[in-house]
Amino acid sequence: MAHFTKATSVHDWLNQRLAVDTVTRVLATEYWIPKNINFLWAMGMILAVTFGLLIVSGIFLLMYYKPDTALAFDSVNFIIMSEVGYGWLWRHIHGVAASVVFLLIYIHMFTAIYYGSYKKGREMIWITGMILFVAFSAEAFSGYMLPWGQMSYWAGMVITDIFSLGSLQLTGLVEWLRGDYVPGDAYLMRFFMLHVFLLPLVIIAVIVLHFATLRIPHVNNQDGEEIDFDAEAAKYLAGDTKNSKVMRFQSDFLSKDVLVLGFFMIFFFYLTFYHFNFAMDPVNFDPADGLKTPAHIYPEWYFLWSYEILRPFSKDAGLIAFGFAQVIFMLLPFLDRSENVAPANKRGLFGLWFWALLIVCIALTVLGKLPPEGINNTLGSVFAWSFIGLWIALPVITMMEKKSGGNK
Amino acid sequence: MRELKIFGVVAFFTLLTYVGIEPYAHGQLHKHVDGNNFVYDGKADIAAASKDKKEVKTAFWADVANISKLKGDVTAGEGTYAMCMGCHMDGAANMGGVIPPVLDHAGSIYDKDYLIALIKDPAMASNVDHKYADTMAHPMGSIKAMVTEPQDIANVVAYMLAKKAGEVTPEEAYVEACGRCHANRYGKLTQIGFVPKTKTNIKTGQDIDALKFKQKVAEEQALVTDYMGKLPPDLSMIIRARGAHFLETLVENPQTQLAGTAMPRVGLTKDGYAKIVTYLEKTGDPSLAARHAMGPWVIGFFVIFTLLAYLWKRSLWRELH
Repeated sequence: MAHFTKATSVHDWLNQRLAVDTVTRVLATEYWIPKNINFLWAMGMILAVTFGLLIVSGIFLLMYYKPDTALAFDSVNFIIMSEVGYGWLWRHIHGVAASVVFLLIYIHMFTAIYYGSYKKGREMIWITGMILFVAFSAEAFSGYMLPWGQMSYWAGMVITDIFSLGSLQLTGLVEWLRGDYVPGDAYLMRFFMLHVFLLPLVIIAVIVLHFATLRIPHVNNQDGEEIDFDAEAAKYLAGDTKNSKVMRFQSDFLSKDVLVLGFFMIFFFYLTFYHFNFAMDPVNFDPADGLKTPAHIYPEWYFLWSYEILRPFSKDAGLIAFGFAQVIFMLLPFLDRSENVAPANKRGLFGLWFWALLIVCIALTVLGKLPPEGINNTLGSVFAWSFIGLWIALPVITMMEKKSGGNK
Repeated sequence: MRELKIFGVVAFFTLLTYVGIEPYAHGQLHKHVDGNNFVYDGKADIAAASKDKKEVKTAFWADVANISKLKGDVTAGEGTYAMCMGCHMDGAANMGGVIPPVLDHAGSIYDKDYLIALIKDPAMASNVDHKYADTMAHPMGSIKAMVTEPQDIANVVAYMLAKKAGEVTPEEAYVEACGRCHANRYGKLTQIGFVPKTKTNIKTGQDIDALKFKQKVAEEQALVTDYMGKLPPDLSMIIRARGAHFLETLVENPQTQLAGTAMPRVGLTKDGYAKIVTYLEKTGDPSLAARHAMGPWVIGFFVIFTLLAYLWKRSLWRELH
């Protein structure tokens, strides 16, 4: 057993039992971050804060929400919006944050792709990040069911139908998932449970894992330079802070994180107070009605690209394409066959590939919301095939890539 | 500066995505309908009419325009109006599917030409004549036999515009123009009026008066449903569920947005419609004022937060470069 002495202070008392000094050093003050970074490296912190906003606003909403098909709509739209003090504020924060969190995730993802932050030891960062993306998607979808509006009901119908897997006609599986032939009380309750309990638990666990995966490879930097963190840290600690290539997480990097966070919060609350309609679809302000299918059923904006990959094809082919879109990002570290860790613009063809992927994803997103008629169908096919083609081309492009010799 | 350039790229692609989804793609989902600025001249009705009805409709709206030119006599109109009161009274019962509306503010919320058209032929005026082989069968169809002379029509409309044109609250406007078909549960409004305050018997835990009222509402809803084909939707949240353009053109001429609908045109003036919108905003989006009062404070807080964060960062990073 360890030897304990009489504590000289509260700090000392805790330190003997929890090693708070060591923990702070390892996790914060001597967790080294390269200096050569830009504000995009703050996205992780901003995502964590936005997730925090979702949890806090969610707790307040949970106090008044009623997961019952007869009561859910009015508990959200009347009780929370008009009767509960500041209920509208919590709801708007929750709704806007749920949408903005995906914008941040996409920025975070494309930053990682651009700077090559998913390979040479950083594979697990990417993979846990993609697991988080999947978990957030499930969380967003289950949350979208809860107000029990028209789009909750019909999107729920369409998405659960996907599990019948086209011509396999696994309707039994779909009924098992729904707990009913159509979305109803059992369905709402289980998605409620997923949304407020199981999925948040999974997300928190994977966030911890995601942070842990950073610890050994460290975060990448703007030039993909391989830094000797031990040597640079020693330089910093010896007092040569100006010439060291690294800085402390706390408070050097944190101060920049907080600054970027400030700008983000101004933007976020502008959306919350003045521009929230993009995050709250009008159709969902009609109560769910199983006898009245809306003219257009579409997912929230962040699912549109993968929805559009499904749409141009026949049923079975569409499902295969959709499945491809769901898993392919996860495999990025293994499809990129080049050793180079560098910004995309310095990697020849890969640079073109990156910007093409971004544009294809945006085009698919916009097409996913357009009514499927006329030229939209043609464009939908073109971009869906482009998406698939780009991923098939990736290993070839990166194998041909010349070794840059790195930016040593 | 490099960071600004990067921010520019991120902002550009974010805005491109936003503009592509929201104003552009979302806009494509809804059809655009040309409104008529709340002028009721039958133009759209005639344009949309089938061949065999075109002539009748053209003649009908020409007659309306002619009556509109007549000078109405308010005193003479009062006599005719007494006849209207036979049905259009407070607490009237359902007649042929719907409760006749109270006309206390008819002169304030309804358009003059529309009122003329309505008295001449209710089904034609409200653009639901497609529902009837003979428009006489409309619940108010008998008016065609009761007030036939153009001058009489002009008189009674003049009376309403002069004497039934008092100040009207948004809630009254909604009750009179929409409330007989569309409940508004967030406004505690049913097809037969406001939900009364009742008391629960504490010993039995039951509120018999409330149950009786619920039954009456259900009975009235059944009648309206039989008449309209489906129960007209509750409008508590409609202001957030539909865009301004849709609501405005729908109310002005329901057939343009929902072809074949049983919903009648109610002939609101621009001001009358504005009152309805005010009421719908109150029940559907009650936090508007609170949002606008609080927004600047929260945003102001984060502006100061950002300034302080900048100073903190600068003081720390001075040692780093």
